[in-house]
Amino acid sequence: MKFFKDEKMMFRFFSGVILFIVFVAVFGPFLCSADPYASNMTESMLPPSAQHWFGTDKLGRDCFTRIIYGARVSLSMTLVTVLLMSCIGTLIGIIAGYCGGKVDTFLMRITDMMMAFPGIVLAIAIAGVLGGSVVNTVLALAVVGWTKYARLGRSLTLKLVQSEFIQAAVTNGTKPFALLHRHIVPNIMQMVIVTGAMDIGSMIMEIAGLSFLGFGAQPPTAEWGLMLNEGRQVMQMAPWAMIFPGLAILFVVSSFNLWGDSLRDLMDPSRSH
Amino acid sequence: MGRKELLHRLGQMLVTLIGVTILTFGLTYIAPGDAVDAILETGDTLVSAEVVEQTRHELGLDQPFHIQYLNWLTGLLHGDMGISYSAKMPVVDRMLLGAPGTLALTGIAIVMMLVVSVPAGIAAAVYRNSFIDYLSRVLSFLGVSMPSFWVGLLMLYIFGLKLGMFPISGGEVDLRHMVLPAATLSVVMISKFTRQVRTAVLEELGKDYVTGAQARGIPMNKILWHHVLPNACLPLVTLLGTYIGWLLGGVAVVEMVFAWPGLGFMAVRAIMTRDFPLLMGFVLWIAIAYMVINLIVDASYYILNPRLKKRGGE
Repeated sequence: MKFFKDEKMMFRFFSGVILFIVFVAVFGPFLCSADPYASNMTESMLPPSAQHWFGTDKLGRDCFTRIIYGARVSLSMTLVTVLLMSCIGTLIGIIAGYCGGKVDTFLMRITDMMMAFPGIVLAIAIAGVLGGSVVNTVLALAVVGWTKYARLGRSLTLKLVQSEFIQAAVTNGTKPFALLHRHIVPNIMQMVIVTGAMDIGSMIMEIAGLSFLGFGAQPPTAEWGLMLNEGRQVMQMAPWAMIFPGLAILFVVSSFNLWGDSLRDLMDPSRSH
Repeated sequence: MGRKELLHRLGQMLVTLIGVTILTFGLTYIAPGDAVDAILETGDTLVSAEVVEQTRHELGLDQPFHIQYLNWLTGLLHGDMGISYSAKMPVVDRMLLGAPGTLALTGIAIVMMLVVSVPAGIAAAVYRNSFIDYLSRVLSFLGVSMPSFWVGLLMLYIFGLKLGMFPISGGEVDLRHMVLPAATLSVVMISKFTRQVRTAVLEELGKDYVTGAQARGIPMNKILWHHVLPNACLPLVTLLGTYIGWLLGGVAVVEMVFAWPGLGFMAVRAIMTRDFPLLMGFVLWIAIAYMVINLIVDASYYILNPRLKKRGGE
C-alpha cells in the first residue's frame, strides 16, 4: 500500500510501462516475423493458437502482428495530435494573455465559440468531409482540441505578467520576444506538459473512434480502430479479431491515464486526492 | 439569471451558431467531391460533363461560397433546410424521422447514469477507502479507458450473440432493441459521473460545517441528507450539461455499432454519401441542442443556489 502513496515510485513505475509500450511500437515490427498486410485466405479466421497468439482476421492476417504494428500508427498519430494542439493552443493563449485588449477579446471569442459545441461532432464532420486519412484525422482533432490549451496558456500568462520578475524584466528593457521565449514559455511549460500527458489517453480513443467510423486510417492500415471495425463484421465467427485490438486500446489508454495522473501528482501534489 | 444576462447569452448563442455553420459550410465547400457525384452515380451509366454541370447549376453549387451560404441561411429562416440528396426528402423531414430514436436513447442513458452513479458515488465518498470505494474506483477507471464502441461490440457479442438475450441488429425503435445501445452509452457516462459525484460529496464532507454539526451531536445521516447532498448537487448539475454534450456526439459512434436508426447514424451516413444539406441540418441541431441545454443548466444553477440570486440583485 505504501508503494501507491509514494508519488515518485508511482511515476517511475508507470514511466516504465510507457517506455515498454513505446519500445514495442518502435522495435516491435522488427521482432515480428509475420507480415501484417499479406492476406492468406487458407488461414482465414483461425482461433488463437501457439502460431497465431491472437488468431487471424477475415483475410488470414495475424492479429498479434497487426496489433504490434498498430501501436506505431496509433502512438505516432496521437503524439502529433497532442503536440500540434498543445503548441498552437498554448501559443494562442500566450498571445491573448500577453497582448490583452482587443486581441485577447477576439481570440477568446473564438475559443468560446469552439467550446460551445461538442468537439467530437466537429471532429467527425471535419475528418469525414475532408475524406478519411491519417492526416485529416490529426488535423480534425487538433482543430477541435486547441481551445483547452488556449484557455490554460492565457490564464497562466495573465498571472505571470503581473509577477514581479516579469515587471522587472520589462523595466530592464527586455524585448517582447525574449520575454516570451525566456520567461513566459519556460514558466508555463510544466502545466502544459501535464495537461498534454493527461490528454494522450483520450486522444488514442478518439483517433480509434474516427478510424472505426471510417473517417480515419484507411484499409489495409493496421490501426486499432479500423481493426475493430473489420473485426465487427466477422464477430460471430472470429470474436478474437474484435476482442484483442480493444484490449490493446484498453491497456495503452489506461497506462497513459495512470502515467498522466502520476505525473500530475508529482508536479502538483496538492491536487491529488 | 437576470434579463440582461439572458439577452447576452442569447446573443452569444447566435454568434456561435453563425460561426459553427460557416465553418461546416466552408468544409463542405472545400471538400473533395460533392453531392452531384453522389446524385448522378447510378450504376455503370456514364454521365456527360454537361449534365454534371447543369445539375450543379440547378443546385446552386456553382455559386461562390458566400452566395451559397446566404442562400442556405435565407432558406433556414424560411424553415427550409434544403433537400437531402440521399434520402430524397426535405432535410427537416429526414431529421424528424431520426429524432425519436436518438432522443429515446439519450434519455434512457441519462436516467441509467443518474440511477447508478449518484448512489454509487455517494457510497464511495461516505465509505471512503472501503471495499466499495475501491471497487467503484477501479470499475470507473476501466470504464473511462475503454472506447464506447468497443464496449458496444462486447455487449453485442456477449448479450446478443452468445446469450441471445437481445436482438443484434437495429432497425426498430423499441425497448428490446434499445437496451444494449443505452447500456453502452451509460457505461462510459456512469464511469465518469460516479467519480465526480464522489469528488463532489467528499469535498462537501470535508467542510467545517460538517464537523460543526457533528460536534453538536446531529446524526451523520441527517447531516448527509439535509446538508451535504443538496450542496454537492450544485457542481454536478453543471457537469450534467457537459455530459449531454458528450452524449450528443458519442451517440453517433454507438448508433453506428448497433445500426440504430437515430440522428447520429443518419449524420455519419450523410458524410459518407456527401449529403451535405443533411449534415448541415445535423450540425445545426447539435449546436442548438447543446447550447439550449447549457442555458437551462446555468439557469437551474441560479434556482438551486439561492446565494447567487441574492447577489445578483433585482
